[in-house]
Amino acid sequence: MIEHIAAIVVMLPIISSVFVMLIRNNSINWLISTTASLITSIASIMMYLQISKNGNISYAMGGWEPPVGIEYRIDEFNALFIILISIASFLILLYARHSLNSELKENKISTFYSMYLLCLGGLIGILSTGDAFNAFVFLEISSLATYILISMGSDRRALLSAYQYLIMGTIGATLYVIGVGLIFVLTGSLNLHDISIRIQELELYRPLYASLAFITVGIALKVALFPLHAWLPNAYAYAPSVGTAFLSSTATKVAIYLLIKYLFLVYGYDVVYSNKIFVFVIIGLSILAMFGASLIAIFQSNLKKLFAYSSVAQIGYITLGIGLANYNGLIGSTVHIINHSIIKAAIFLAIGCIVFKTKISDTHELTGLGKKMPVIAILLTISSLSLIGIPGTVGFISKWYLIIGALEQGWWLVVLSLAISSLLALIYVGRIIELMWFHQPEDALIVNSKSLPVEMLAITFILTLATVYFGIDTRLTAGLAEIAVQNVLLGGQ
Amino acid sequence: MSSFLSNFVSSYNYYIIIFLMISGLYIVVSRGNMVKKLVGLALFQTSVYILYISPGKILNGTAPILSDDFSLYSSPFPHVLILTAIVVGIATLALGLSLVIRINEEFGTIEEDKLFEDEI
Amino acid sequence: MRLDILLRISSKIFIPFIVIFAFYVQFHGDYGPGGGFQAGVIFTSAIILYTIIFGSTKALKDFPEWIFHLMIPLGVIIFAGTGFLSIINGFNFLDYDALAHYPKHGQHIGIISIEIGVFVTVIGSMVSIFYAFVNRGKK
Repeated sequence: MIEHIAAIVVMLPIISSVFVMLIRNNSINWLISTTASLITSIASIMMYLQISKNGNISYAMGGWEPPVGIEYRIDEFNALFIILISIASFLILLYARHSLNSELKENKISTFYSMYLLCLGGLIGILSTGDAFNAFVFLEISSLATYILISMGSDRRALLSAYQYLIMGTIGATLYVIGVGLIFVLTGSLNLHDISIRIQELELYRPLYASLAFITVGIALKVALFPLHAWLPNAYAYAPSVGTAFLSSTATKVAIYLLIKYLFLVYGYDVVYSNKIFVFVIIGLSILAMFGASLIAIFQSNLKKLFAYSSVAQIGYITLGIGLANYNGLIGSTVHIINHSIIKAAIFLAIGCIVFKTKISDTHELTGLGKKMPVIAILLTISSLSLIGIPGTVGFISKWYLIIGALEQGWWLVVLSLAISSLLALIYVGRIIELMWFHQPEDALIVNSKSLPVEMLAITFILTLATVYFGIDTRLTAGLAEIAVQNVLLGGQ
Repeated sequence: MSSFLSNFVSSYNYYIIIFLMISGLYIVVSRGNMVKKLVGLALFQTSVYILYISPGKILNGTAPILSDDFSLYSSPFPHVLILTAIVVGIATLALGLSLVIRINEEFGTIEEDKLFEDEI
Repeated sequence: MRLDILLRISSKIFIPFIVIFAFYVQFHGDYGPGGGFQAGVIFTSAIILYTIIFGSTKALKDFPEWIFHLMIPLGVIIFAGTGFLSIINGFNFLDYDALAHYPKHGQHIGIISIEIGVFVTVIGSMVSIFYAFVNRGKK
């Protein structure tokens, strides 16, 4: 069974989503989906151990050997992300039951679980596949599931944001397919590993750069790289709390992985980074994201939208590391993908707890929350602080690597903007902390008497603890990221 | 001039594709009506299907079905890919249209400018 | 006297042929052009024609919606079940060689069962989409 693990990790969530669709009982469906994601998490950890022992896995789907057939190719880099995605979705599913019961209509919950698992399967599919077109299919599977997840939000504006995301996401995916089509015409192959070899022999560079541009812009729409981020704040703000936590900790991260994979493993460093315009654009947009999105976040009044804009800013940090493209910069990116997904899961789950108790959506309604719900307020404060990058939290670790990476390149302006944008994060996070702790509660703040379910509190606590723990003990995050960058992205040099 | 013309004639399929692509994208960007936007999106996606299929055609090649009478076939590979892409396109379009119906029921309009000004 | 008698009679003649053509495309699909997707869409067109001619009330009574809702997951289960059968027999996921003694027979069985899975799912989802739009105005 162990040799089929690459197929099982992808197929298990998809198959379970089908069974969930068939069985229309909410509690049983919750049990099925949680078990499925737990097994997926365990299998992904086993897969990582397998790789570190025996080297990369190459799994030929249907027995058709690559490059003809579809190949699932697992190395230390994507195995790390598969672990991250599956564990994050397992924890969020554990949390989900009561939160969904309070936010969704009874008859929609089964569909929610089904789409959640389908999205998870699609995301793991993007991570594992070694085929350019297969990646597109999985991208669309996960996106279609995502549109439905978003449109289920209790606010009617959820429909508008789902529609907006559908248009943007489809344009992004179509641009990606155009890029893949150009590569296919140039090289005659769709296997990413095979393409990376054939690209070396090409003499025509213009169509190659055109395909690079199409693929980068297409994926950047999915990544929500500033200024292509317009869909993200609305989608995050109006989706159900569980859906927001899931999307923010997985969907954009997988898209970033795909971008890194194309830049480093398909086109290769020499093709991409010999083009100075590309480096200039990606660094420029990252810095714009760090500043622009943070500035917008400062003036946001909607709580979830504020953290959604902060997500756009944080994505800027990740793409900055990709633009730096040296050892420390790439580690910074990889670690920040992991760290940001932990932080945002913790924050949005804490907000889910607050919504469960109070139904608030605006920041000013948080006034005096520290007195009414002290535990959740403490957890939200800690996880928001790690968003700024206070030493001792995970945010500090990734920014440290990014700053070292920028110093190695000698780009002082980048270092300076990293520091200043952290101050901007301090402003919007500080505003929330101030509202929660240094004001008397308003009469308008009604906390209902429903007691917060234990698992919701426990999961939020575990994730918040993780933001502190991985800020001190970095063996599991930065350590594994170092191995991944060393062995895969830089080819063992 | 003549080199431009011969270039145009020899790769006319790409010019058609580019024209369709740009018109589809233009409809998506310029129209406020949500259904029209989806039509533009479908046009944009369809142009990509042609981008894949047209290089797969080999002059004088027959349909790729094994037979003793023919030795030259067109490439079946793009067709397989595009069949998948068509399914994806249908799913997207159906989901988009059902979202538009729900939006119309909730808000009473499908004009995007009005909706986004008032609501978000 | 209803005026659509021509339409009703001609579609009564046509619908069986459409269905037979769908099955022809389905079972011809392993060696020739065709396959589950096309066959499913052709089959769906028969149901759509039926609904247009005889009205949605009658169509919903004759072909209830739940059947098609059930068909969507059922087809996926057939598809993935074939894949897992290969794994159980010790081959790769969806490797049809695993399904019979001789690899060539296995390929044959495999592609047919996969196409049936696709056929069922395509009918289910296409008719569900169609019904969803048809029923919308009634409420």
